[in-house]
Amino acid sequence: MRNILELKNIGYSYHSLHGETIALKDISFGVQEGEFIAIVGPSGCGKSTLLSIIAGLLAPEQGTIVVNNPDGSLHYPKIGYMLQRDHLFEWRTVYRNVILGLELNHKMTKENLDKVDALLTDYGLDKFRDKRPSELSGGMKQRAALIRTLALEPQLLLLDEPFSALDYQTRLFVSADICRLIRAAGKTMIIITHDLAEAISLADRIIVLSGRPAVVKNQMSVNLTISDESPLAARNAPEFQQYFNRLWEDMTHE
Amino acid sequence: MNDTEMNREGMDSENKGNKRKKEKNHSTQLTKQEEFVRKHRRHHHEIASWRTIIFVLFLILWEVSADLKWIDSFFFSSPSRVARCFVEQLQYNALLSHIGITLLETLLSFLLVLLLSMLISTLLWHSSKLSEILEPYLVVLNSLPKSALAPLFIVWLGTGAKTIIVAGMSVAVFGSIISFYTGFQQVDAEKITLVYTLGGSRRDAFFKVVFPGSIPILLSTAKVNIGLALVGVIIGEFLAARRGLGYLIIYGSQVFQLDMVITSIIVLCIIALGFYKAIQMIEHQIKIQFKM
Repeated sequence: MRNILELKNIGYSYHSLHGETIALKDISFGVQEGEFIAIVGPSGCGKSTLLSIIAGLLAPEQGTIVVNNPDGSLHYPKIGYMLQRDHLFEWRTVYRNVILGLELNHKMTKENLDKVDALLTDYGLDKFRDKRPSELSGGMKQRAALIRTLALEPQLLLLDEPFSALDYQTRLFVSADICRLIRAAGKTMIIITHDLAEAISLADRIIVLSGRPAVVKNQMSVNLTISDESPLAARNAPEFQQYFNRLWEDMTHE
Repeated sequence: MNDTEMNREGMDSENKGNKRKKEKNHSTQLTKQEEFVRKHRRHHHEIASWRTIIFVLFLILWEVSADLKWIDSFFFSSPSRVARCFVEQLQYNALLSHIGITLLETLLSFLLVLLLSMLISTLLWHSSKLSEILEPYLVVLNSLPKSALAPLFIVWLGTGAKTIIVAGMSVAVFGSIISFYTGFQQVDAEKITLVYTLGGSRRDAFFKVVFPGSIPILLSTAKVNIGLALVGVIIGEFLAARRGLGYLIIYGSQVFQLDMVITSIIVLCIIALGFYKAIQMIEHQIKIQFKM
């Protein structure tokens, strides 16, 4: 597998009149095509900042991101970003919400709209297309948010604690559900989470960041023998506890 | 858990909901529901009847105390004198045209206030530097008593509809700009980020998120504005008009025809009520449109 993105010595600081707060320092790692990466770290360590930099919403103060497209072109991979809450607009129907990205990019072609229709059918949201977001369950809202992201056909999906607004039980199902759909769509994914169990059960590789200023403390590949991608099964895999303990060590020992 | 199971879970909970509703409709719950509806209606009837009773009692008390000379009806008028005055004004003094002028001026200044404050608050949202620069000016202008400006308007613009419309606008416009702008700023910043992550521009952020997201605040501000525009128009008419209800009030007090003053005030009450109801209806329609 080749790296489609390579972060090299990324650094970023927040500035105020009281001084400089270093959020990220010397962060380097590669992102392979089709890989699921989880970034874990203590809260407030700059995980979201890192994701914003990868998304191109913020420019890094130090370092570069090297693009390495399979076809050798130099354009930045198309990014899909999922925020902490679904942010579906209540003044639009579910359908008008999921085509928001197409609308903003003036890509409302028949072809693209057909793709959205297919996704709505696949994800069981077809009969809710004319409903308001508030009429959907938490899981369905996340699916609608995912369709909104996928409609623009991103190559790299960035998820910033996308399930943190859900209750625990729903979260277990929805996180596995959404990640299964993203895998099925053949996308690359970087997810931020502070839930170690979630990281182990979802990701191929886990990147552990330290507290502020955040540096990459450890990287660890996850290979679970049980991989039918149901979250509970993954949690029952014999290696799960070992991974968990190792992560816990990394997180707690400075 | 896989895809189909997710759906089943969703549908199950829906079915349960429906079942529960059906149970309510079919078993003993039915009467409880009816009871609730009846109670609700009774409550509304009660409120409406009390409102009417207070109004009628007030009219009776006013009429009786004028007839029994507890109050001097020359100064305090009476419902019957008001009714007579109303008819007289209609016949000999073109009351309707006075009402029409006041209505027209109020509506015009209200619409201009909406337009102007929408434009300016959008501009302020667009440039946070501009809003920071202008903030103290807006605050000062908003708290300035606008009636103090009316004499200036007369000198600058003469004694005509122009002055009165500007006076009406001056009362509402600064507060309206501040409310609109505050409303724009209260829109969830993450929703704006979402637009950017989907490749939208700042312009998209405004039209797709900020504006539709602030409609409730726009409506409630409009409700306040129509009342303020009426206040400003009456102030303007006091000072600079030959027509309109404000003029009738001032003229009536100058020639000591207090019936005319009180009749005009009562007409103003009715106009204020009418405006309120009209805006409420528009608000209702918009809320249906946006399913809010």
